[in-house]
Amino acid sequence: MIPDLGKYASAVLSSYAISLVLLAGLIALSLWRGAKIRRQLEEVESRRKSDG
Amino acid sequence: MSLWEYANPQKFMQTSAAVLPLVWGLTVLSLAVGLVWGFFLTPEAVNFGSTVKIIYLHVPSAMMAINAWVMMLVTSLIWLVRRHHVSALAARAAAPVGLTMTLIALVTGAIWGEPMWGTYWAWDPRLTAFLILFLFYLGYIALWEAIENPDAAADLTSVLCIVGSVFALLSRYAVNFWNQGLHQGATLSLDKEENIANVYWLPLLICLAGFVLLFIALVLVRTRTEIRARRIKALVARERMA
Repeated sequence: MIPDLGKYASAVLSSYAISLVLLAGLIALSLWRGAKIRRQLEEVESRRKSDG
Repeated sequence: MSLWEYANPQKFMQTSAAVLPLVWGLTVLSLAVGLVWGFFLTPEAVNFGSTVKIIYLHVPSAMMAINAWVMMLVTSLIWLVRRHHVSALAARAAAPVGLTMTLIALVTGAIWGEPMWGTYWAWDPRLTAFLILFLFYLGYIALWEAIENPDAAADLTSVLCIVGSVFALLSRYAVNFWNQGLHQGATLSLDKEENIANVYWLPLLICLAGFVLLFIALVLVRTRTEIRARRIKALVARERMA
């Protein structure tokens, strides 16, 4: 399935692996922090509503 | 309708929520098509062998490393001139994305450089400018974290962004300014003779579009998070004063 990359296989595959891990990490961190902050805001707003 | 309407956090949240699913969808589609096409379906190059496949990550990430800083410069100037908070928060949101793009460009460049130039690193004008740009990203993010007062942080980081723009520009044009070093000139050019071969051009163009879309999606998500974090701070401060 993977094309024959010859003597440069390690260079090509490591470039793709490192880049995709970095991009996946950035996306995961951004979405995780976004969800965490959204939950916190909902808590603060519901607390304010219940306190009147 | 005016662009300045989006300086209103509520309007920004509404609009970004509406467009984000579409932007994410187009991002996944273009990156999947571009990378699969580039990796699996393009031939080896005469000069580069199979390392030519690194171009689909290296060139788009390098382009976005510079363009992210340009976007931060524009939003920082808007903050300094018009004091729109969403603008300052968008600059803050873009910095980690730009940092990651710069890191990918540096790492893939080093890995590509070793078999082509015989070294992972050289103090070449473009490589050095990119390294300094990477350090500016780190400094910019650290400055935001170090200052408690958000307006003061926005002011100081905006000034840092203006200074760092010199290196963002050098990263792009260093090859033209100093006609020396190992790094080649522009990969994409309007001049047909300088441009890369057609067989690599279209998947590269799709990857470039994918990286632009990924940048937009991440900046929208992260700006929404910054706006919410700012609102939490304001509400908690009000609770304490009550």
